[in-house]
This record gives sequence, C-alpha cells and structure tokens, in this order.
Amino acid sequence: MLNAAIVAVLVTMLLALIRTFLGPTEYDRMLAANSFGTKTVLLIALAGYALQWNSYLDVALLYALLNFVGTIAVMRFFEYRNPSEEDDETESAV
Amino acid sequence: MTVILGWVSGLCLLFGSVLCITGGIGLLRMPDFFSRVHASGVTETLAAPLLLIGLALQMEWSLDLAKVAMILILILATNPTATHAMAKATLHGGQRPLEFDKDKSTGGEGSSKP
Amino acid sequence: MIAIAAIMLTDLFAVVMLFGVYSLLTATLFMDLDAVDVAFTEAAVGAGVTTVLMLSSLHLTKRWEALPRRNPLLALLAVGVTGAALVYAVLDAPLLGDPSAPVHQHVTPRFIEQGLAEVGMPNLVTAVLASYRGYDTFGETVVIFTAGLAVLLLLGIQDDPRLRPGVSAIGDQLVLRSVVKVLLPLILLYGLYVQFHGDFGAGGGFQAGVIFATGFVLYDLVFGEGSARAVVPPGWLHRLAALGVLIYGGVGVYSLLVGRPFLDYSALADDPVHGQHLGVLLVELGVGIAVFSVVLLIFYAFAGRGRRQ
Repeated sequence: MLNAAIVAVLVTMLLALIRTFLGPTEYDRMLAANSFGTKTVLLIALAGYALQWNSYLDVALLYALLNFVGTIAVMRFFEYRNPSEEDDETESAV
Repeated sequence: MTVILGWVSGLCLLFGSVLCITGGIGLLRMPDFFSRVHASGVTETLAAPLLLIGLALQMEWSLDLAKVAMILILILATNPTATHAMAKATLHGGQRPLEFDKDKSTGGEGSSKP
Repeated sequence: MIAIAAIMLTDLFAVVMLFGVYSLLTATLFMDLDAVDVAFTEAAVGAGVTTVLMLSSLHLTKRWEALPRRNPLLALLAVGVTGAALVYAVLDAPLLGDPSAPVHQHVTPRFIEQGLAEVGMPNLVTAVLASYRGYDTFGETVVIFTAGLAVLLLLGIQDDPRLRPGVSAIGDQLVLRSVVKVLLPLILLYGLYVQFHGDFGAGGGFQAGVIFATGFVLYDLVFGEGSARAVVPPGWLHRLAALGVLIYGGVGVYSLLVGRPFLDYSALADDPVHGQHLGVLLVELGVGIAVFSVVLLIFYAFAGRGRRQ
C-alpha cells in the first residue's frame, strides 16, 4: 500500500508538471509549482521511509517550508510593486 | 493491535492517494484558474495529512514520529495560506472567475442566483 | 526534460520556477544517492534562496528574454566539443561505489575507520567538513563573505525613505500575516536545531544559516522591507558577516598561538576529542553566522530597490 501511495504521488507530480508547462497564465504556473512542491514533500517522506534513506524527514520538513516561502516570493515579486516605486498614489489594501 | 494499525494505515494511504490523484486531475481539467485553485488546494490539504498519518501509523514512537507530526502541522498551516494568498494575488492581477453565459446554457449552470 | 523546457521558454518568470523544480528534483536524486547533507543544502539553496533572489532581480530587469541577434554557431561548436570531451572522460570513470576507485583509496579509509574515534561525532560528513578538511571550509566561508562584499560594492543597500516600517508591497493581508507571525519563531528554532544537530544527523552551518535567513526573508516578503530593516538593520549584518569569518579564523589563530598547527582543534581543550567537539562547534557557528548575514544582505540589496534606479 505504501508503494501504491508513492506511485500515486508520482503521478500527481507529473500532472502538476504538465500544468506548469501548459498553464496559460502565470498564476496557473505558480499554483502548479506550489502543488508540485507539496507533492515532493510527501514523496520524500514516503519514499524515504520505504527506501530507508538517511535523515529524510529533515529534508522533507525543510522543503515544506521552502515551498511556502517560494510561493510567497513569486507572488510578491510578480504581482505587487515595490513601495519605492509608488510616487504619489497611496498604498491600497487589497 | 498491530494488524488493526496496519489496516487503518492502509486505508489512510489509500484515501490519501485517491484524493491526491483527484487533485492532480482537477488541476489539469478545470477550465479556469479559480476552479483549479479550489480543486488542488482543497484536495491537497486533506491528502497530505492522510498520507502522513498513514505513514506515521507504520512507525514506532521515536523522534521520526515527532518530525512527521511537525511536517503535518506545517503543511496544514501553510498550504491553505498559500492558496489564499495566490487567489488574492490573482484577483489583484485582474483575473476574474469564468462565468457561464446565461443565454446559451441549457443545464443548471448559470451564474449564482442569490 | 525540465532543463530543455527552461532553455526553450523565453518567459523568464516561468524559467525561474522551472529552475526551482529542477533543483528540487536534483535534491531528490541526491537523497537517492544517500548524500543527505548535499541534498539538504541543495534544497535550501537551490529551491529557496536562489529562486527568491532570481525573482527579485527579475523584478528589476526585463521579464522576456531578448532573442540573440548573432549567429550562435561558434558558441554551439565550443559547447559541443566541451560536452563531448566531458562525456568521454566520464566513460572512463570508475563505477559508483567501486571500492578500488582512486577516491576511496588514500585518505578516505582513514577518515571512515578513525573518524568516530578521533573527532567523536557520528556524522562523518561534518567531521570531514569541519575538522579533517577544515581549511577548505574556511576558504568557502571567506568566498561567501567575498560574494557578499561584491554585492555590497556593486549594488549597495539603498536607504530609501519611502521604505517605512509597516508599508508592505503585498498590502494588508491578514491571513498571511497571522500565519507568518506564528510560523517565524518555529522556523528560527528549526534553524537552530539544524545548526547544532549537524554532529549527529544532516545539518551544519551552511544549511542552518540559509534556513535562518529564509525566516527573515519570509518576514521581509510579507511585512515589507521597512519592517524587516527595522528588525535586522543592514549595519548589524555587515558586522555579523565579518564576525562569522572572524570566529572561524580566530579558532585557527588561537591554535597557532598555543603552538599547534593552524586550525588544530586539539589545542582548544585538554582532551583531544573534547577539543575537536569544541572546535567543530565554534567553526560551524562561524559558518552559520556568516552565511546567514551574507544571504540576508544580498536579499536586502536586491529587494528594496525601485525599478528606475
């Protein structure tokens, strides 16, 4: 059953990857990359237990964190302008 | 006891995998960004804890179990937040949800009626 | 496949995300090869810091790649010849794990057999990195410091009066802010765990420094540059980076003063193994501090700039 779960996670990663290539807008790519990252965390946790990797949970924990930071970074730099660039307009709350 | 744990673990893993693949298919087949966000965000946030609980039931009490619990809590906390932030950013960027044309649709697929 | 897509796409934004995915797959490959410390560092640096830095520089430059105007045939020839030479060289290399390979012959058996007894820590990678090959690691730390210096010299950290605390590019997102507020101490705690657990499991100074910096980068992204610079002013970071290198070099100089060779940790305590423990602890601390401050400095240099400067 563990092996089936690993295969399922791999399949989902492939689906998310296809969406990263296709996604007509950048927001789709952002979403698919975030999804890919979460699936990778699960893959490392499951496969690490099955294949008896060393210290695999540390890497999974780290990557769960970095996935989040990366998604926020993508959002921040792609979507919102720097406060240094706004001349007179007030910062609007979204 | 171990047999019951094995069965429960297998069930969790099974449900988790099914949800996972469903989310992936939803990501590919949904017509619009917001429906994709809904599909993948919701299913992932449930699939991840199910898979991790299924994994944890197969381990003994050790530091590894605590780490799995930590990963679980982290994913539960960050995945919905990231989904929310992404949807908000997309709205800010001007995308709007896809609306079905009320005149042409035959089924009950019109936009929401209050 | 991902690499080919990254080359073919001209939308640099998508390319950056594909690079993140690529680096993630590499980290998984390293895990499969049982190189956990390397996978850790690759995940932390490649998927985290590099993506953020590339995105911030992309924000300042153009988003679409300019198509080359000259005929790239000569470049293609050069790359093709070099690539073929590399492949030919690899064909001659020993198989992975071959015990008669040259890299397994000379010093490595001594590291493996006597590492635990001499240095006293279960993680051989940290033992080799910090003790047996401590001089190389010192060089790496100085290189990181120099990179930070170069960024400071070239770009500098802009002191923009419009970057007030409380002004954030992302706007007023309550959910994000609340979650990040709770998450941040846990991230820093995890960074400390990785720093001090490097003796036993995967970890060490480099990874811990990157994780620590990632925590503050997250704070910066969500709460704005003004708040981040109020929390960790760039002046502190200048001094911290130098302090990290100073700690490392200081350990070496201290051993010189006592009369032993440079970076000989047994000069630090009466019992040689205790000395090794203390030495590795101090040295990893120096590395962690230096890496943290340099990564955060580079991020500050990129993130706070307006597009017109």
